[in-house]
Amino acid sequence: MKYKKDAKKAFVATIPVLAGYLALGFGFGVLLSTEGYGAIWALFMSITMFGGSMQYAAVGFLADGISLLSAAVMTLIINARHLFYGISLVDKYRGSGIKKIYMIHALTDETYSLVCNDNAVKDVENKHFYYFLVSLLDHCYWIAGCTLGAVFGTNVNFNSEGIDFVLTALFLTIFVEQWMSSKDHTSAVIGVVCAVLCTAVFHENMLIPTMIAILVSLTVLRFVRRDKYDG
Amino acid sequence: MMDSSTLHSIGLVMVMAVVSYLLRAFPFIVFSGKETPKFVLYLGKVLPCAIIAMLVVYCVKDISFDAVSHFLPYIIAGAVVVLLHIWKRNTLLSIVAGTLSYMALVQFVF
Repeated sequence: MKYKKDAKKAFVATIPVLAGYLALGFGFGVLLSTEGYGAIWALFMSITMFGGSMQYAAVGFLADGISLLSAAVMTLIINARHLFYGISLVDKYRGSGIKKIYMIHALTDETYSLVCNDNAVKDVENKHFYYFLVSLLDHCYWIAGCTLGAVFGTNVNFNSEGIDFVLTALFLTIFVEQWMSSKDHTSAVIGVVCAVLCTAVFHENMLIPTMIAILVSLTVLRFVRRDKYDG
Repeated sequence: MMDSSTLHSIGLVMVMAVVSYLLRAFPFIVFSGKETPKFVLYLGKVLPCAIIAMLVVYCVKDISFDAVSHFLPYIIAGAVVVLLHIWKRNTLLSIVAGTLSYMALVQFVF
Protein backbone atom coordinates (compact mmCIF):
# COMPACT_ATOMS: atom_id res chain seq x y z
CA MET A 1 0.00 0.00 0.00
CA LYS A 2 1.28 3.41 -0.96
CA TYR A 3 0.65 5.23 2.29
CA LYS A 4 1.06 2.41 4.76
CA LYS A 5 2.41 4.66 7.51
CA ASP A 6 -0.46 7.12 7.08
CA ALA A 7 -2.94 4.26 7.28
CA LYS A 8 -1.38 3.03 10.50
CA LYS A 9 -1.51 6.53 11.98
CA ALA A 10 -5.16 6.88 10.99
CA PHE A 11 -6.01 3.57 12.64
CA VAL A 12 -4.20 4.41 15.89
CA ALA A 13 -5.89 7.82 16.01
CA THR A 14 -9.34 6.23 15.65
CA ILE A 15 -8.97 3.55 18.36
CA PRO A 16 -10.72 5.69 21.01
CA VAL A 17 -13.57 6.26 18.56
CA LEU A 18 -13.68 2.50 17.94
CA ALA A 19 -14.39 1.93 21.63
CA GLY A 20 -16.84 4.82 21.88
CA TYR A 21 -18.76 4.01 18.70
CA LEU A 22 -19.05 0.30 19.43
CA ALA A 23 -20.57 1.19 22.81
CA LEU A 24 -22.81 4.03 21.60
CA GLY A 25 -23.79 2.19 18.42
CA PHE A 26 -24.57 -0.92 20.44
CA GLY A 27 -26.90 1.11 22.63
CA PHE A 28 -28.65 2.44 19.57
CA GLY A 29 -29.05 -1.02 18.07
CA VAL A 30 -30.55 -2.40 21.26
CA LEU A 31 -32.95 0.56 21.52
CA LEU A 32 -33.96 0.21 17.87
CA SER A 33 -34.63 -3.53 18.22
CA THR A 34 -36.99 -2.90 21.15
CA GLU A 35 -39.19 -0.96 18.71
CA GLY A 36 -39.29 -3.94 16.37
CA TYR A 37 -36.68 -2.74 13.89
CA GLY A 38 -33.96 -5.36 13.44
CA ALA A 39 -30.39 -5.49 12.21
CA ILE A 40 -31.21 -4.60 8.61
CA TRP A 41 -32.65 -1.27 9.81
CA ALA A 42 -29.64 -0.60 12.04
CA LEU A 43 -27.42 -1.24 9.02
CA PHE A 44 -29.53 0.96 6.74
CA MET A 45 -29.66 3.86 9.22
CA SER A 46 -26.02 3.75 10.28
CA ILE A 47 -24.84 3.76 6.67
CA THR A 48 -27.11 6.53 5.40
CA MET A 49 -27.61 8.82 8.42
CA PHE A 50 -24.43 8.30 10.44
CA GLY A 51 -25.05 10.47 13.46
CA GLY A 52 -25.34 9.50 17.11
CA SER A 53 -27.91 11.88 18.54
CA MET A 54 -29.83 11.94 15.25
CA GLN A 55 -30.22 8.17 15.12
CA TYR A 56 -31.25 7.94 18.76
CA ALA A 57 -33.94 10.54 18.10
CA ALA A 58 -34.95 8.74 14.91
CA VAL A 59 -35.93 5.62 16.88
CA GLY A 60 -38.77 7.63 18.40
CA PHE A 61 -39.73 9.14 15.05
CA LEU A 62 -39.98 5.71 13.45
CA ALA A 63 -41.99 4.33 16.34
CA ASP A 64 -44.40 7.29 16.18
CA GLY A 65 -44.47 7.33 12.38
CA ILE A 66 -44.12 11.12 12.19
CA SER A 67 -44.58 12.90 8.85
CA LEU A 68 -41.73 13.29 6.37
CA LEU A 69 -41.84 17.07 6.81
CA SER A 70 -41.53 16.84 10.60
CA ALA A 71 -38.62 14.45 10.15
CA ALA A 72 -36.88 16.96 7.87
CA VAL A 73 -37.40 19.83 10.35
CA MET A 74 -36.24 17.74 13.33
CA THR A 75 -33.11 16.73 11.43
CA LEU A 76 -32.38 20.39 10.69
CA ILE A 77 -32.65 21.24 14.38
CA ILE A 78 -30.70 18.28 15.75
CA ASN A 79 -27.90 18.37 13.18
CA ALA A 80 -27.57 22.15 12.71
CA ARG A 81 -24.19 22.08 14.46
CA HIS A 82 -22.73 20.40 11.37
CA LEU A 83 -23.02 23.74 9.59
CA PHE A 84 -20.28 25.01 11.88
CA TYR A 85 -18.01 22.00 11.50
CA GLY A 86 -17.79 22.46 7.75
CA ILE A 87 -16.69 26.08 8.05
CA SER A 88 -13.44 25.14 9.74
CA LEU A 89 -12.75 22.30 7.30
CA VAL A 90 -13.41 24.10 4.02
CA ASP A 91 -9.72 24.79 3.51
CA LYS A 92 -8.47 21.49 4.93
CA TYR A 93 -10.63 19.39 2.61
CA ARG A 94 -9.94 21.58 -0.45
CA GLY A 95 -8.51 19.59 -3.33
CA SER A 96 -9.43 16.21 -1.94
CA GLY A 97 -11.48 15.46 -5.07
CA ILE A 98 -14.07 12.72 -5.06
CA LYS A 99 -13.08 11.69 -1.53
CA LYS A 100 -14.68 14.91 -0.28
CA ILE A 101 -18.17 13.71 -1.22
CA TYR A 102 -17.76 10.87 1.25
CA MET A 103 -15.79 12.83 3.86
CA ILE A 104 -18.67 15.31 4.08
CA HIS A 105 -21.12 12.46 4.70
CA ALA A 106 -18.94 10.96 7.42
CA LEU A 107 -18.36 14.21 9.33
CA THR A 108 -19.41 13.56 12.93
CA ASP A 109 -18.41 15.20 16.24
CA GLU A 110 -15.73 12.57 16.77
CA THR A 111 -14.36 12.58 13.22
CA TYR A 112 -14.30 16.37 13.37
CA SER A 113 -12.24 16.32 16.55
CA LEU A 114 -9.73 13.91 14.97
CA VAL A 115 -9.25 15.78 11.67
CA CYS A 116 -8.87 19.05 13.60
CA ASN A 117 -5.93 17.66 15.54
CA ASP A 118 -3.09 19.18 13.51
CA ASN A 119 -0.41 17.55 15.63
CA ALA A 120 -1.59 14.14 14.45
CA VAL A 121 -0.93 14.94 10.78
CA LYS A 122 2.51 16.54 11.21
CA ASP A 123 4.39 13.65 9.59
CA VAL A 124 1.56 12.39 7.42
CA GLU A 125 2.47 12.08 3.72
CA ASN A 126 -0.99 12.39 2.21
CA LYS A 127 -3.30 14.36 4.47
CA HIS A 128 -6.44 13.87 2.38
CA PHE A 129 -5.90 10.12 2.41
CA TYR A 130 -5.47 10.29 6.20
CA TYR A 131 -8.68 12.33 6.66
CA PHE A 132 -10.56 9.99 4.34
CA LEU A 133 -9.40 6.90 6.17
CA VAL A 134 -10.22 8.38 9.58
CA SER A 135 -13.74 9.14 8.29
CA LEU A 136 -14.16 5.67 6.78
CA LEU A 137 -12.85 3.80 9.83
CA ASP A 138 -15.10 5.79 12.19
CA HIS A 139 -18.07 5.04 9.94
CA CYS A 140 -17.24 1.31 9.89
CA TYR A 141 -17.00 1.19 13.71
CA TRP A 142 -20.37 2.92 13.95
CA ILE A 143 -22.03 0.55 11.47
CA ALA A 144 -20.57 -2.45 13.31
CA GLY A 145 -21.69 -1.15 16.72
CA CYS A 146 -25.25 -0.36 15.58
CA THR A 147 -25.72 -3.66 13.78
CA LEU A 148 -24.25 -5.79 16.56
CA GLY A 149 -26.48 -4.00 19.06
CA ALA A 150 -29.57 -4.78 17.03
CA VAL A 151 -28.51 -8.41 16.54
CA PHE A 152 -27.76 -9.15 20.16
CA GLY A 153 -30.57 -7.06 21.56
CA THR A 154 -30.29 -7.07 25.28
CA ASN A 155 -28.36 -10.35 25.74
CA VAL A 156 -25.05 -8.89 26.82
CA ASN A 157 -23.03 -10.18 29.74
CA PHE A 158 -20.14 -7.72 29.59
CA ASN A 159 -20.58 -4.94 32.15
CA SER A 160 -19.81 -1.92 30.01
CA GLU A 161 -21.06 0.65 32.50
CA GLY A 162 -18.97 3.78 32.21
CA ILE A 163 -17.49 3.06 28.78
CA ASP A 164 -19.25 6.14 27.43
CA PHE A 165 -16.58 8.14 29.25
CA VAL A 166 -14.28 7.28 26.35
CA LEU A 167 -15.75 10.11 24.27
CA THR A 168 -15.34 12.63 27.11
CA ALA A 169 -11.74 11.45 27.46
CA LEU A 170 -11.21 11.82 23.71
CA PHE A 171 -12.42 15.43 23.62
CA LEU A 172 -10.59 16.27 26.85
CA THR A 173 -7.29 14.90 25.52
CA ILE A 174 -7.59 16.86 22.29
CA PHE A 175 -8.43 19.96 24.31
CA VAL A 176 -5.31 19.55 26.47
CA GLU A 177 -3.21 18.80 23.39
CA GLN A 178 -4.40 21.95 21.62
CA TRP A 179 -3.88 24.00 24.77
CA MET A 180 -0.28 22.77 25.16
CA SER A 181 0.65 23.26 21.53
CA SER A 182 -0.56 26.84 21.13
CA LYS A 183 0.48 30.06 22.81
CA ASP A 184 -2.79 31.88 22.31
CA HIS A 185 -5.54 30.42 24.49
CA THR A 186 -8.16 33.08 23.71
CA SER A 187 -10.24 30.82 21.46
CA ALA A 188 -10.22 27.90 23.92
CA VAL A 189 -11.26 30.18 26.78
CA ILE A 190 -14.03 31.68 24.64
CA GLY A 191 -15.27 28.15 23.93
CA VAL A 192 -15.38 27.18 27.61
CA VAL A 193 -17.03 30.42 28.74
CA CYS A 194 -19.69 30.36 25.98
CA ALA A 195 -20.44 26.67 26.60
CA VAL A 196 -20.77 27.05 30.37
CA LEU A 197 -22.99 30.14 30.08
CA CYS A 198 -25.19 28.54 27.41
CA THR A 199 -25.50 25.33 29.44
CA ALA A 200 -26.71 27.39 32.41
CA VAL A 201 -29.39 28.99 30.23
CA PHE A 202 -30.34 26.35 27.65
CA HIS A 203 -29.40 23.09 29.47
CA GLU A 204 -29.41 20.12 27.07
CA ASN A 205 -30.10 22.39 24.07
CA MET A 206 -26.84 24.25 24.56
CA LEU A 207 -25.04 23.22 21.36
CA ILE A 208 -26.52 25.65 18.84
CA PRO A 209 -26.62 28.72 21.16
CA THR A 210 -23.01 27.96 22.11
CA MET A 211 -21.93 27.74 18.47
CA ILE A 212 -23.59 31.06 17.72
CA ALA A 213 -22.03 32.69 20.80
CA ILE A 214 -18.60 31.33 19.81
CA LEU A 215 -18.98 32.54 16.23
CA VAL A 216 -20.02 36.04 17.35
CA SER A 217 -17.20 36.25 19.94
CA LEU A 218 -14.55 35.14 17.46
CA THR A 219 -15.84 37.57 14.84
CA VAL A 220 -15.68 40.45 17.31
CA LEU A 221 -12.23 39.31 18.39
CA ARG A 222 -10.95 39.45 14.84
CA PHE A 223 -12.07 43.04 14.38
CA VAL A 224 -10.67 44.10 17.73
CA ARG A 225 -7.31 42.45 17.05
CA ARG A 226 -7.26 42.74 13.28
CA ASP A 227 -3.49 43.33 13.07
CA LYS A 228 -2.78 40.11 14.93
CA TYR A 229 -4.80 37.74 12.78
CA ASP A 230 -4.21 39.23 9.36
CA GLY A 231 -0.44 39.21 9.63
CA MET B 1 -44.85 -6.33 -1.28
CA MET B 2 -44.01 -4.01 1.60
CA ASP B 3 -46.77 -2.60 3.74
CA SER B 4 -47.29 1.13 3.89
CA SER B 5 -45.79 1.62 7.34
CA THR B 6 -42.55 -0.05 6.23
CA LEU B 7 -42.47 2.19 3.18
CA HIS B 8 -43.10 5.22 5.39
CA SER B 9 -40.21 4.17 7.66
CA ILE B 10 -37.91 3.86 4.65
CA GLY B 11 -39.03 7.31 3.53
CA LEU B 12 -38.32 8.74 6.99
CA VAL B 13 -34.81 7.34 7.08
CA MET B 14 -34.11 8.65 3.59
CA VAL B 15 -35.41 12.15 4.40
CA MET B 16 -33.30 12.27 7.56
CA ALA B 17 -30.24 11.03 5.65
CA VAL B 18 -30.63 13.60 2.86
CA VAL B 19 -31.17 16.55 5.23
CA SER B 20 -28.16 15.42 7.32
CA TYR B 21 -26.00 15.34 4.19
CA LEU B 22 -27.17 18.74 2.96
CA LEU B 23 -26.37 20.31 6.34
CA ARG B 24 -22.90 18.80 6.33
CA ALA B 25 -22.28 19.87 2.73
CA PHE B 26 -23.62 23.44 3.03
CA PRO B 27 -20.39 25.23 4.08
CA PHE B 28 -18.39 23.34 1.44
CA ILE B 29 -20.84 24.39 -1.28
CA VAL B 30 -21.04 28.04 -0.17
CA PHE B 31 -17.25 28.44 0.06
CA SER B 32 -16.37 26.31 -2.93
CA GLY B 33 -14.70 29.21 -4.82
CA LYS B 34 -11.09 28.99 -5.94
CA GLU B 35 -9.80 30.78 -2.89
CA THR B 36 -11.07 30.34 0.64
CA PRO B 37 -12.20 33.74 2.00
CA LYS B 38 -9.81 35.22 4.59
CA PHE B 39 -12.49 35.23 7.23
CA VAL B 40 -13.18 31.52 6.73
CA LEU B 41 -9.44 30.83 6.94
CA TYR B 42 -9.40 32.71 10.23
CA LEU B 43 -12.35 30.69 11.54
CA GLY B 44 -10.66 27.47 10.39
CA LYS B 45 -7.72 28.43 12.61
CA VAL B 46 -9.56 29.53 15.76
CA LEU B 47 -12.88 27.67 15.66
CA PRO B 48 -11.64 24.11 16.42
CA CYS B 49 -10.18 25.07 19.85
CA ALA B 50 -13.45 26.70 20.86
CA ILE B 51 -15.60 23.85 19.54
CA ILE B 52 -13.54 21.14 21.23
CA ALA B 53 -13.92 23.14 24.45
CA MET B 54 -17.67 23.17 23.83
CA LEU B 55 -17.77 19.40 23.27
CA VAL B 56 -15.92 18.84 26.57
CA VAL B 57 -18.50 20.98 28.40
CA TYR B 58 -21.29 19.17 26.52
CA CYS B 59 -20.02 15.79 27.74
CA VAL B 60 -19.82 16.84 31.39
CA LYS B 61 -22.96 18.99 31.52
CA ASP B 62 -25.14 16.19 32.95
CA ILE B 63 -22.99 15.58 36.02
CA SER B 64 -25.16 15.98 39.04
CA PHE B 65 -23.74 17.31 42.27
CA ASP B 66 -26.44 15.67 44.43
CA ALA B 67 -24.18 12.93 45.68
CA VAL B 68 -20.44 12.40 45.83
CA SER B 69 -20.79 9.14 43.87
CA HIS B 70 -22.22 11.09 40.93
CA PHE B 71 -19.48 13.60 40.35
CA LEU B 72 -16.33 12.23 42.00
CA PRO B 73 -15.67 9.47 39.40
CA TYR B 74 -15.91 12.14 36.68
CA ILE B 75 -13.51 14.49 38.45
CA ILE B 76 -10.98 11.77 39.27
CA ALA B 77 -11.03 10.22 35.79
CA GLY B 78 -10.93 13.68 34.19
CA ALA B 79 -7.87 14.54 36.28
CA VAL B 80 -6.23 11.26 35.23
CA VAL B 81 -6.74 12.19 31.56
CA VAL B 82 -5.42 15.75 31.93
CA LEU B 83 -2.41 14.99 34.15
CA LEU B 84 -1.40 11.89 32.21
CA HIS B 85 -1.60 13.83 28.97
CA ILE B 86 0.49 16.73 30.29
CA TRP B 87 3.03 14.21 31.54
CA LYS B 88 3.28 11.71 28.64
CA ARG B 89 1.47 13.48 25.77
CA ASN B 90 0.31 10.12 24.43
CA THR B 91 -3.29 10.52 23.23
CA LEU B 92 -4.21 6.84 23.29
CA LEU B 93 -2.67 6.26 26.74
CA SER B 94 -4.54 9.24 28.23
CA ILE B 95 -7.88 8.09 26.83
CA VAL B 96 -7.54 4.41 27.72
CA ALA B 97 -6.26 5.08 31.25
CA GLY B 98 -8.96 7.70 31.86
CA THR B 99 -11.78 5.47 30.61
CA LEU B 100 -10.60 2.37 32.49
CA SER B 101 -10.28 4.35 35.72
CA TYR B 102 -13.77 5.77 35.21
CA MET B 103 -15.24 2.31 34.57
CA ALA B 104 -13.47 0.91 37.63
CA LEU B 105 -14.74 3.78 39.77
CA VAL B 106 -18.40 3.51 38.77
CA GLN B 107 -18.45 -0.29 38.79
CA PHE B 108 -16.42 -1.15 41.90
CA VAL B 109 -15.90 1.91 44.09
CA PHE B 110 -18.99 4.08 44.04
